[in-house]
Amino acid sequence: MRVAVVKVFLAFLLVLGVGGPMLAGQAALAQAPAATAPLSQEDRLATVEKQTASNATAIAAAQTSGDNGWMLVSAALVLMMSGPGLALFYGGLVRKKNVLGTMMQTFAMMAMVTVLWALVSYSLAFGQGNAFIGGFHNAFLRGVGLAPDPAYAATIPLQTFMVYQLMFAIITPALITGAFAERMKFSSMLVFMALWSLVIYSPMAHMVWGKGGLLNAAQGGWLPCLDFAGGTVVHVTSGVSALVTAIYLGKRLGYPKEPMPPHSVVLSFIGACLLWVGWFGFNAGSALSAGTLATSAFVATHFGAAAAAIGWSAAEWMRQGKASALGAISGAVAGLVAITPAAGFVTPISALWIGLMAGVFCYLMVVKVKAWFGYDDSLDAFGVHGAGGTLGAILTGIFANSAINPIFGAGKATGLLEGNWRQLLNQIGGVAIAWTISIVGTLIILFVVDKTMGLRVSEDEERDGLDLSQHGEEGYDWAH
Amino acid sequence: MQKIEAVIQPSKLDAVKDALVEIGVDGMTILEARGHGRQKGHTEVYRGREYSVDLLPKVKLEIVVTDEMVDRAVSAIIASARTGTIGDGKIFISKIDEAIRIRNDERGEIAL
Repeated sequence: MRVAVVKVFLAFLLVLGVGGPMLAGQAALAQAPAATAPLSQEDRLATVEKQTASNATAIAAAQTSGDNGWMLVSAALVLMMSGPGLALFYGGLVRKKNVLGTMMQTFAMMAMVTVLWALVSYSLAFGQGNAFIGGFHNAFLRGVGLAPDPAYAATIPLQTFMVYQLMFAIITPALITGAFAERMKFSSMLVFMALWSLVIYSPMAHMVWGKGGLLNAAQGGWLPCLDFAGGTVVHVTSGVSALVTAIYLGKRLGYPKEPMPPHSVVLSFIGACLLWVGWFGFNAGSALSAGTLATSAFVATHFGAAAAAIGWSAAEWMRQGKASALGAISGAVAGLVAITPAAGFVTPISALWIGLMAGVFCYLMVVKVKAWFGYDDSLDAFGVHGAGGTLGAILTGIFANSAINPIFGAGKATGLLEGNWRQLLNQIGGVAIAWTISIVGTLIILFVVDKTMGLRVSEDEERDGLDLSQHGEEGYDWAH
Repeated sequence: MQKIEAVIQPSKLDAVKDALVEIGVDGMTILEARGHGRQKGHTEVYRGREYSVDLLPKVKLEIVVTDEMVDRAVSAIIASARTGTIGDGKIFISKIDEAIRIRNDERGEIAL
């Protein structure tokens, strides 16, 4: 009895739910003919024109929504690469007395570079200027509003572009901290990084990506250099500056006699995996839209990382008899570095080759070359970012393909494999400029900071660790 | 009264504990320790740099028992902790002058 009642009730609901709208639809149909009155030719034309205009606005709004959605997510992903990604990756590689100090160096960039960006460094990088550096027109973010700037990205608000580029400006100096880990004064580090951001990052970003930049391939620069997401701007500059800093500062106390193994490869492992995921925002986001170019950059990024993890691991396996977790994640990061300039220009299969070469090359740089020269690039910022970035920038000139990105015009040869041998020379030129500005600029900044406030902590402070001596706290307190 | 200190493999702690409880040892103190005897250490490699790790994780177990219990306790530890390989650990025995229960000031074997 009760079941029957429920059935009747459900049937009633069904009629209401389905039948109701149908009935309403019929009523609307019935009314439709009554609404048509005879229209003049002009009136109908005006209606069509109005319709077309509102369609165009709606289409533009829809594309902006789509592109802007992806770009905001990408910006957040790139910030995730700094904290927690890089902070964990580097934090795990140091001894446990330096874990907080190391993480704080990256975190400080998230705060400090952001403020600098708003004040002046965005303007120096992306404002109107000469071939080498932008001007002060956009200082204090003047004129950086919600309307797009078609010179950079026609479908997203300029503020989205600005905040997306900011995330790159944050992680680049943070990468350098790996070279001087465990021995630099926090105060000096802040001053060094602020100057570095202004003197090296902003000009380099302007030259490669800014309006009228010397190396800007998309906007007809004098020496068009292909750098999709920052192989030269981010990785060559940070990696080479890292090498200079490591040599200038000297080795850590006790290096290389005392053992200084990573205190937690687990933290590094989590950090590296976050870096891998965040890198999709870094590279695919560099399409500055959510279109097909973002897809090819995304795919190339992933393939490059995977192949490089295999390359490094295989090299390590052959040489040391075991494939380590630290080796595999270091390889993946090396591959992500090398594919950064190339993503958005190369096919997935080319990305596999670039990744594989980067994995083996960076392994040799870190294990062999560092030992030959004896410098203390503590966390291998140069071996991975400097070496991988340089290799990737050069390989981009070889593998760039006009079918993926016709940057020089449809059907025009892009890379060496397509017959444009000049591009390889341009890439080498771009890399040479990045190396030069990094070496000269970093040396000057180091000299100035060293003479005014000193760079290194005292020997006692270094023995106590940065956590205690620089920040007055400890990462791990097992007793409580 | 005598004190038995046994340095054993961490993986054997549960077996040793059970064996001691079975023969009637009521109290014990367990310390997480690092060390090596003839076993020495092993080599770890991080980014091509080799580090020899010579202090290995061990567990140190301390019990104080009456003189009659010493032999039984020692055999219980040996039987439960032995794997027959290098690194099984060592046992040290020493005399104890006095034992005092803090709660009620009981002294001697009754305090054990």
